[in-house]
Amino acid sequence: MDKSLVWIFFSALLINNFTLSYFLGLCPFFGVSGRIATALRLGLATIFVMVITSLCAWLLNTFVLPYAPYLRLISFIVVIASTVQFVEMAIKKLSPGLFRALGIFLPLITTNCAILGLALFQTSKGYGLLAGLVYAVGAGAGFTLALVLMAGLREEAELAKVPAIIRGTALNLIIAGLLSLAFMGFAGLFSSSA
Amino acid sequence: MSALGKDPATFYNEFVKGIWKENPIFVQVLGMCPMLAVTNSAINAVAMGGATFFVLVGSSLLVSLLRKAIPKQVRITTYIIIIATFVTVADFTLQALAPAVHKELGAFIALIVVNCLILGRQEAFASKAPLRLALADAVGMAGGFALALLSLGSVREVLGSGSLFGFSLFGPRFEPWVVMILPPGGFIMLGLLLLVFGWAKERRARRAAVELGEAGAGGPAGRGGR
Repeated sequence: MDKSLVWIFFSALLINNFTLSYFLGLCPFFGVSGRIATALRLGLATIFVMVITSLCAWLLNTFVLPYAPYLRLISFIVVIASTVQFVEMAIKKLSPGLFRALGIFLPLITTNCAILGLALFQTSKGYGLLAGLVYAVGAGAGFTLALVLMAGLREEAELAKVPAIIRGTALNLIIAGLLSLAFMGFAGLFSSSA
Repeated sequence: MSALGKDPATFYNEFVKGIWKENPIFVQVLGMCPMLAVTNSAINAVAMGGATFFVLVGSSLLVSLLRKAIPKQVRITTYIIIIATFVTVADFTLQALAPAVHKELGAFIALIVVNCLILGRQEAFASKAPLRLALADAVGMAGGFALALLSLGSVREVLGSGSLFGFSLFGPRFEPWVVMILPPGGFIMLGLLLLVFGWAKERRARRAAVELGEAGAGGPAGRGGR
């Protein structure tokens, strides 16, 4: 039991990294990864939203959705939108500086597909409450890791001599491709226990 | 972003701008998550393009019809619920008609809800435009999106599996570039396509500048993308 929880965590963190192998959450991944500090804070906010979403998704899956399966998408998205609203108010109250630094990307967590993806994958994999929470923390940490690594690489790329035409999105995509290639190396990590 | 007021807002102009001039993937770089996740084969790309087309056109029509009735304060929530409804319909339809493709695409059909392209078109265009123009805009944007999906999906399938729509192209001697159907290949190939797109645009701009007798003025410095 314990071992499988550890496996869920590391699998979501490294092997099936949400951003680099499932392509979830690419908008903030390319939008906010200019600076390491901002990237880290957005990552932490995302982890928090993910954990609450995972809890709510479990509640919905257990108590509501067996009676109305066609409401799955709509109820998930409403839960996510209200959670984000709540986190936004909390951050605004507790840390106005962070609130300004995150700007538009805070409300945009609502349309971060990683969050809805988490709720859907958790449902389709049939995780219980505890496994779901571990999965959420792992996935959020994986997103944060990818975001921070990408921000570091992009800060370096700013200084490199690159032809003007490749600068911008094309360069970022190719950097992300190399990062994703590097993460594929983790695939053998758990092959024996999987 | 929205072309309202820039060009004469005719049906044809709104339609064409989505296909080429403001192509959602190659120019605006929106909606990349589904774009990269499902384009490992051409058939998946077509299914995803079709589902997105249905959702975008349906929700644009509904939003445009209801644009006077939706209160400003709750508009985003309303759009999301409208979009989620259409996605649920598309999800169940695909599950009934093509179970194999639906299984392959997995959660990504449901994830159309959070495709920023769709919400963006509602906010930027359909909520302000009459029905006819909203239809043209939605069809153009969704068509451009589907075209981009198809081009990336075809290239990745040809290189990664040596086939197109499941038909083998090169015979058994071909060694497939497996990386192309894996996640890194998606990132790198889209990067390269964007590069070609940027290069073509700059070349055309430079040519136009030369024709105007402004040789040496250079093309547009840097791409305005982000």
